[in-house]
Amino acid sequence: MSSLAAAAPRAPTHHDDRTFVQKYIFSTDHKIIGIQFLFLSLLFLFLGGVLAMQIRWQLGFPGQPMPGGGILPETMAPGGVILPEYYIQLVTMHGTFMVFFAIMPLLVGVFANFLIPLKIGAHDMAFPRINMASFWTAFLAGAVMFASFFVPNGAARAGWTMYAPLSARPDLSGADYGQICWCISIVLLGLSSILGSLNYITTIINLRAPGMTWFRMPLSVWCLFVTAILGLLALPVLSGAAIMLLFDQTLGTHFFDPGAGGQVLLWQHLFWFFGHPEVYILILPGMGMVSDIIANGSRKPIFGYHSMVFAIVGIGFLGWIVWGHHMFMSGMNPTLGSTFMVTTMIIAVPSAIKVFNWMGTMWRGNLHFHVPMLNAVGFVAMFVIGGLSGVFMAATPIDMHIHDTYFIVAHLHYVLFGGSLFALFAGITYWFPKMFGKMMNEPIGKIHFWLTMLFFNLVFFPMHILGMAGHMRRIYDPTQYEWLKGYQPMNHFITLAAFALFATQFLFIWNFVWSLFKGRKAEQNPWRDNGLEWTLPNPAPHGNWEKVPTVYRGPYEYSLPGAPDDWYPQSSKLPNDREPAPAPAPAH
Amino acid sequence: MSWWLPLKASTFAGEIDGLFTAVLIITGIAFVVVEFGLVWFSLKYRSRPGRAAYYTHGNTKAEIIWTAIPAVTVVALGLISNHYWKQMKGRDSVPADSYPIGVHAKQFEWQYTYPGPDGKLGTTDDYTIRNQLHVPVNRNVVVILTSEDVIHSFFVPVFRVKQDAVPGLTIRAWFNATVPGEYELGCAELCGMGHYKMRTRVTVHTQVDFDAWVKTQAQGGSE
Repeated sequence: MSSLAAAAPRAPTHHDDRTFVQKYIFSTDHKIIGIQFLFLSLLFLFLGGVLAMQIRWQLGFPGQPMPGGGILPETMAPGGVILPEYYIQLVTMHGTFMVFFAIMPLLVGVFANFLIPLKIGAHDMAFPRINMASFWTAFLAGAVMFASFFVPNGAARAGWTMYAPLSARPDLSGADYGQICWCISIVLLGLSSILGSLNYITTIINLRAPGMTWFRMPLSVWCLFVTAILGLLALPVLSGAAIMLLFDQTLGTHFFDPGAGGQVLLWQHLFWFFGHPEVYILILPGMGMVSDIIANGSRKPIFGYHSMVFAIVGIGFLGWIVWGHHMFMSGMNPTLGSTFMVTTMIIAVPSAIKVFNWMGTMWRGNLHFHVPMLNAVGFVAMFVIGGLSGVFMAATPIDMHIHDTYFIVAHLHYVLFGGSLFALFAGITYWFPKMFGKMMNEPIGKIHFWLTMLFFNLVFFPMHILGMAGHMRRIYDPTQYEWLKGYQPMNHFITLAAFALFATQFLFIWNFVWSLFKGRKAEQNPWRDNGLEWTLPNPAPHGNWEKVPTVYRGPYEYSLPGAPDDWYPQSSKLPNDREPAPAPAPAH
Repeated sequence: MSWWLPLKASTFAGEIDGLFTAVLIITGIAFVVVEFGLVWFSLKYRSRPGRAAYYTHGNTKAEIIWTAIPAVTVVALGLISNHYWKQMKGRDSVPADSYPIGVHAKQFEWQYTYPGPDGKLGTTDDYTIRNQLHVPVNRNVVVILTSEDVIHSFFVPVFRVKQDAVPGLTIRAWFNATVPGEYELGCAELCGMGHYKMRTRVTVHTQVDFDAWVKTQAQGGSE
């Protein structure tokens, strides 16, 4: 046995003598950490949704008292009427919670942790204690961000993008402690992500089971691998920028203050240099899980596996050179605008390749529409709309009109809700049996999918029209403008649809909680999937395998001619499969 | 309530709307192909007793086709867009004969400085008015944008013009209004609590009206 393998966490022991705290709270088991991230970030997802409902109330019913708004303090909503200063906090914190504390940890914190060791055949992460530290740092970051609502003058008020100098100057934003909390929380979150990313990269490179070559890895693992590299390189930039902003707020530095030699656009360059790779951090893991699930649901190998891998890696590279498209109207040199337009246009190509390959996978398949498959196909259908609407804003002249309007809001929600969240519904329902040993309820899952699909489109599709009309983002009261008064019926309609969309999510919550306790007991491999994780009992024990399995083929061998069934596990040996070469001894 | 882009009231509007329509047609085709394909496949290849999937790992020819078509399309779109972009925003795009107006943004108002009868900014006959933008029709106008405090964004939907005003920078943006009338300008960049009410009335005058308006203002007339 090589020393690399010896450095890996131990195989499971028959006696689990860990205490409750070691097992469920300060656990080093990657599966428990993934589940901890799941509960925490679902909580933040719900909170982000509650904030969104308040935003929609104000836009649909401007100036009217919000039902139940009476419980909010006078400084936020006296008599239930949302104040402009609270509205900006809502907008800021909705974005912050959804991006940093819901979607990102749901995709990466949950699924990188839970899936990587199970799918590559490792006993655990390379650094289980660093993994635990990553969760608890994220927990602390979330706690600080949540607490910022309760400090004097409330939460941050400069939008989730925190553009300086508004974010740097309390006298201009009206928020002081809230802004500081935001910076501290983001620095902590950055640390958590860096620790996690290091772990994922190391684990994937070093701890793959015998025979698990790079091109036998499931696309979900490929996506998580590229995501981890993006996270490792992007989060330090955000943390650095947040520290500079914190110094501007508290120590009197002037990084972003032009009056004292600072540069306003510096913040935007730093933020989006992080922010654009971040956009791909928020979608790549979803693309990976969807690839696994569509192949499974189609009972067919993924179409064009290699071009899928190259598209993932291509997105990973191109993602670094498109950030300027957020700054076309910022006063940045227009020649740079031309450059960023071209790179932005080109990054549409790998996304198009992926969409066509998903369709190719479904073509002549034997489609089983279980709940994960429904959500995965829903992901493709909605992601396409988000991707195509991106072409409008990539074209700089069109962006001049639609920049900072609801067209952008529509676009980003088609990617982050229509894309990432549908992928998450797919992923959670797919791996729920392996996490908890129970099946989620199928009929409720299907109703939840169709209602979410319906209301999601009713909420976000009309926003394209609002954006075309020139409806600005982040405005407290659109009826202030003559040219937007006529659009109030549409705002009203969107708000009602948003309430229905929110209400629909209680089906998911109920299904999740009910199944956790009362769900039907899951078989070991309910989806008849080829992945290594399905060779383990439910739920998988600490340390996963006694002896890690050997891998003989890629993960998508469905409907293999001559096979006894329409699936063939990665670890099943056929008579003419060769044993993989033993791992080379590490260099000294 | 319109389901399309607003009134076209500047020379940019026709070009931008034309490009918008072109992109809508191209993305519309992609949209229909993908969504129709997904629905069709979902119905046609749904699992039924006796159905078996066709075992294949892909097809290189198909991969090349569906990589090349989007690649050529988006690069062409990029080149066409860049042609207009250079005319609208390029470094040296502002026409030399443009009528200059100084625009100074601050929380939460717009201050417009007009050049007065001599047509030049920075002379003694300049005058400044809050929250009222007056421009002559069919004439190139350049706004010289500065900001007092935070980032604001100068946005007139009917002109299809947007440009951030950034503290520490002086940014020039030009347009040519084509339809006389009264419109509105909004701030498109979150600038604080009063962001939502940082608006301006925009008046496009005929040249005769505009000259008369300049004369009244220069004599210290009422707004």
